Amino acid sequence: MSTKHSIAAEKFNQDSGRVTRHDQTFWSVRSKRDGLAYQLEEWEQLRESANLIKKHTITHLADYLEQFETNARKNGVHVHWAKDADEYNDIVMQIMREHNVKKVVKSKSMLTEECHLNDNLIRHGIDVVETDLGERILQLMEIPPSHIVMPAIHVTREEVAACFREKGIIEKHGAHAAEGLLKEGEDWRTSSDPTYLTRAARYHLRDNFMEADCGMTGGNFGIAETGDIVVCTNEGNADMSTSIPKLHIVSIGLEKIIPNYKAMGVFQRLLARHGTGQATTVYTSHFRKPRPGAEMHIILVDNGRSSILGNIEHWQTLKCMRCGACMNTCPVYRRSGGYSYTYFIPGPIGVNLGMLKDKDANYHNCSACSLCMSCDNVCPVKVDLSTQIYKWRQELDSMGHADPMKKMMSAGMQTLFEHPSLYTTALKFAPLANHVPAFMTNIKANAWCYGHTMPEFAKESFHTLWKKGKVK
Amino acid sequence: MKIGLFVPCYVDALYPEVGVAAYKLLCSLGLDVEYPEKQTCCGQPMGNAGFQNKAEKLVENYDELFRGYDYVVAPSASCASYVRFFHEGIVKHECEAAKRTMDLVEFLHDVVKPTSLKARFPHKVSLHNSCHGVRELGLSSPSERNVPRFNKIKDLLQLVEGITVMEPERPDECCGFGGMFSVEEPAVSTRMGKDKLRRHIATGAEYITGPDSSCLMHLQGIARKNGEPIKFIHVAQILAAGL
Repeated sequence: MSTKHSIAAEKFNQDSGRVTRHDQTFWSVRSKRDGLAYQLEEWEQLRESANLIKKHTITHLADYLEQFETNARKNGVHVHWAKDADEYNDIVMQIMREHNVKKVVKSKSMLTEECHLNDNLIRHGIDVVETDLGERILQLMEIPPSHIVMPAIHVTREEVAACFREKGIIEKHGAHAAEGLLKEGEDWRTSSDPTYLTRAARYHLRDNFMEADCGMTGGNFGIAETGDIVVCTNEGNADMSTSIPKLHIVSIGLEKIIPNYKAMGVFQRLLARHGTGQATTVYTSHFRKPRPGAEMHIILVDNGRSSILGNIEHWQTLKCMRCGACMNTCPVYRRSGGYSYTYFIPGPIGVNLGMLKDKDANYHNCSACSLCMSCDNVCPVKVDLSTQIYKWRQELDSMGHADPMKKMMSAGMQTLFEHPSLYTTALKFAPLANHVPAFMTNIKANAWCYGHTMPEFAKESFHTLWKKGKVK
Repeated sequence: MKIGLFVPCYVDALYPEVGVAAYKLLCSLGLDVEYPEKQTCCGQPMGNAGFQNKAEKLVENYDELFRGYDYVVAPSASCASYVRFFHEGIVKHECEAAKRTMDLVEFLHDVVKPTSLKARFPHKVSLHNSCHGVRELGLSSPSERNVPRFNKIKDLLQLVEGITVMEPERPDECCGFGGMFSVEEPAVSTRMGKDKLRRHIATGAEYITGPDSSCLMHLQGIARKNGEPIKFIHVAQILAAGL
């Protein structure tokens, strides 16, 4: 009885120290979030407002999308619609060709990850440079993100230093970056001082900002009443990416549209508090129209979102604003790491989005939940994540993805529990022959003993005690 | 007030003393308690595994068996919670018994409201706030939420003479049991259990106590495997100590 998630998680758990670090890192983000939550008297009202605004917007999405498009066009922005990843990539390529783009600088966008944009650009000979530090590290290391907000948190500074050396960043920028920073005797060629490495990355990225012909950003929010795009970053890299190149392309999922700035006020207060435990991100950048002499494009991407909207059981996942709080609180995510999931978005929301994207590829993640419901209680927009995972589990059998052992055990329990006399008999014999009800014997034969001793059956069950008049 | 006592399957088989304590406790508070013998399981093990459809008959049986009582009381937070919040969804009709099913702690705290108990338990205990107790039944305020702090289990335990009640760091983080989760994801489940156990032990308590024997069973199995001497006891047994 194992899923791809449980197998990968077991491997992850072979290094106990790594599990401890991973758990503590994300628990500390959860704790920071709690600290901020407790400071705001109106915290629960904010969550409820966010929930209602999202529900309202999503159930009136067509209207808000049209309003957004109209206003963005009035601002002189080109608006495109992409029904799926292929169409999205085609639109990007068409814009790039028209502008003869050779090099793109990008700020963080999970949507471009979802649509495999970078691979596509590279295939067409376009150099693409991630400018969020975490994303850049991953790009240089050629590995995917392990978290949606802190994508490279699992990489150590020593690994970053080694990567920067290998990629020539240290050779080119190390001496300059080390000036007045490193302690005496510390060699910039081998240092893994985080401030020093960050400065080296900064010089490296500046070169790229200067050379790029196109800046791409995602968007945390699209504001229907003004046509604005709002991007939240801690590094200012969205601003750098859009301030130098004359071409700015924004890529956002349909569900990122919110009605107005009044709503924005609610989400602005919740997003960073939930995601990173900050009262606000360092930069909240508002893009309304192109700079003089420049061009701005917004691509609104569906890629399955309309069909989620039509899914009566699961449409509320569209409320998600990708803050990552459910990952940070998830005791399973914290102890299994982002790579143990088959979908590129891990944690509770990733289990759900993965199922909505491709059930056959991602049903493996449904085991990654103890149904503790902590995610439901942190979620700023009240997505009922654990209930939805429970629902997916009910659907696995009809998809042909139910675990045969679990099915057999459940059938055994059904027989036992539907027939009180059989159940009572099983109980009677359990302690005698150590021949216990099916669900227990199967556990014994399998994974229970991985970390546990077997529970002992009482000599006389409550049933027996009652029958004998011993319960008084 | 007529009470139907529900002693869920694993409590029945593994921890009958918890059922006995619950029975004695309820009787001592002057309640009329019956134990309908044809009861078995709440259906949660199947539901969490993805087979709630295999629990349909069992749910109907439960409703039939318990519908005549003013309250159905179970000394197991997670089972009580499953009955109350999932049964109607499984059989797609209203279930009288499910609506009136309560966990022992919430029943005592919210309905019976005792101001004193005869129990004495001169020991230091670490309180295990199990997930479904916290986040479904509301036995305590979830740490994720900005709501006034409360803990119904602690309130009841404070009525016991001589007891010292501690709570571990991360007081309501999951212990990793999760029914079949523990056998489908044994590595993560065990790790969660070990972490939880360590935090309980760090309080210096002699016992780990809680309203849910399933979490305690999981933690106990891990404690024994790792030679930890800490003892386990259900809240009902403490509240009924000396009866």
